[in-house]
Amino acid sequence: MRWIWIDKFIEFTPRTSATAVKNVSLAEEHLHDLYPDFPIMPHTLIIEGMAQTAGILVGEARNFSEKVILAKIGRATFHQLVRPGDTLYYFAKISQLNESGASIEGIVRTGSDAASPLVAEIELMFSHIDKNLAGAAFPEHNFVFTDQFRDLLKTYRSGAQIPL
Amino acid sequence: MPMSREEVYTKVQGVLVDALGVDAEEVTPKAKLREDLGAESIDFLDIVFRLEKAFTTDPARPFKIPRGELFPDDLPNLMNDERYVKDGKITPEGLAELKKRMPFSDFSEFDKNPTMETASSLLTVDTVVNYMQSKVNH
Repeated sequence: MRWIWIDKFIEFTPRTSATAVKNVSLAEEHLHDLYPDFPIMPHTLIIEGMAQTAGILVGEARNFSEKVILAKIGRATFHQLVRPGDTLYYFAKISQLNESGASIEGIVRTGSDAASPLVAEIELMFSHIDKNLAGAAFPEHNFVFTDQFRDLLKTYRSGAQIPL
Repeated sequence: MPMSREEVYTKVQGVLVDALGVDAEEVTPKAKLREDLGAESIDFLDIVFRLEKAFTTDPARPFKIPRGELFPDDLPNLMNDERYVKDGKITPEGLAELKKRMPFSDFSEFDKNPTMETASSLLTVDTVVNYMQSKVNH
């Protein structure tokens, strides 16, 4: 299984905000694991989706030169369950950004506009680990931003214009 | 407009409650951020972000805390320097260096037995309030 919990970006404003979409399908294994006969998307994976949306936004702000890791979930409030067939819209906004890391404010809805049902409010903090864990050694290569994450942004930027 | 110490204190208290998940009553002036309020290393960055946000009055001129100014981030390097720490004890030179880097902390207790293990006790709620007051009224 690929550890990727967003399908595409529909908005990306560097150093400011990003919106990603996730289609929740009954074909996904994880929906069946939490409660048998009552498939829902686990809250933890909704947080992961927001962390991926926001993490790419934070990483791009420094041209993916930093190893950006999720350091803290400041708040995660859930308002409704997510069921198969739902489409999640992850709205991430950078609240603070500096050389040490970033904090973001996130909103998850089941539609693209502000009137759509609210699923969750999530505040996250990211750390640039090379800057914050003095003395700890990490691999030279950027293990956080693998190709599958960068490709998401590439696809958005190219408009996915592949001629048939 | 200058802010009173009480106003600064109330804002700092709110920030610490949100960042550390503690009750407002626990945030007393002498409370130590690590030992009493359970702050871990990553929380210090969170506190800095929240202070910047709480003390920004004009979004066009965001309030910024320079790295290492409130919470020195090079103490591990200090600890490995023989001039500053010998046999677990902080030397007079080390103490002078700490005081230089942490001008907002109260050293009166720490002076009696200065060790690196107890250095984190220098970071109290008052330390943050002292720092913020000096910044907002400068």
